[in-house]
Amino acid sequence: MGLMARVSTIFKSKVNTVLDKAEDPRETLEYSYQKQVEQLQNIRRGIAEVVTSKKRLELQMSRLQQSAAQQDENARDAVRANRDDLAQEALARKQGLESQMAGLQTQIDDLAREEARLTDLQQKLQTKVESFRTQKEVIKAQYSAAQAQVKIGEAFTGLGEDMTDVNMALQRAQDKTESLKARAAAVDALSENPAFQNDALPSSGDSIRDELNKLKASSSVSDELAKLKAELGQGDNA
Amino acid sequence: MIVRILSEGQYQVEGKTLEEITELDEELMEALTHDQPDRFHELLNRIAGLVRSGVALDISNLQESDLILPAVDTTLEEAKKLFADPA
Repeated sequence: MGLMARVSTIFKSKVNTVLDKAEDPRETLEYSYQKQVEQLQNIRRGIAEVVTSKKRLELQMSRLQQSAAQQDENARDAVRANRDDLAQEALARKQGLESQMAGLQTQIDDLAREEARLTDLQQKLQTKVESFRTQKEVIKAQYSAAQAQVKIGEAFTGLGEDMTDVNMALQRAQDKTESLKARAAAVDALSENPAFQNDALPSSGDSIRDELNKLKASSSVSDELAKLKAELGQGDNA
Repeated sequence: MIVRILSEGQYQVEGKTLEEITELDEELMEALTHDQPDRFHELLNRIAGLVRSGVALDISNLQESDLILPAVDTTLEEAKKLFADPA
């Protein structure tokens, strides 16, 4: 069996779970529209959570930007005072912050995509809920009660599939925001105390690679220091 | 047959395209079981492309799908979790 048929099977059981939570018109024609509206509200809350997480990351980003600007200023002051050692340290911290910022930007972009996806799905589901409501009335008018029950049941299962689709997308987005929380706490600590930047080069699990990464970082600090000195007219040739 | 791409929508797909999809779908399952993320992504996108070449169902449609393709940005890990999840 291929993957799609398997997903379809798994989905059917998920759909049943969703439908059991709603009032099933296969049992009664007069189901509660309220349940579907609740489902939509649930999705709106989910979207709001993603937006909140994204805002939190954006706030962190602006704090990191401030810290990086501060380190840049520190480096300049240090060069003016002929303190290369201090300048180097400030630049190393700045680079650590910049690498954190790059990671943060990826996450912000990721959450923005989730937000767009969920908003789109929520709008589609809203249309489907309305469509179900209309179709139900048409079916009730055209068929006998027994036939209507079957037909409405089919439409309801179709609607359940859409609800499950949205619920799964919501779950994926929630898993992502959840996994961001631990990292967010670490970034908070970093922006409050730049001395944490020692952790900016996490171990790769390969000691040779770690050494090379450190070398690369230190040479890029030297490069930036040279540039800064040139900019401030204090280069070796000045 | 009605095929759904999760997070996207439903399409009516028939004939040769459907055959091709079914073949690639077997490979997709293999890629998952053999832990081949690159192959998994490539196949997922190829299948999605074929499904999209079918007739998109109207948004007000309330029919159950015959086949369901995970969202195209689903990672191999997420797909595995989908199969591991008892609910």
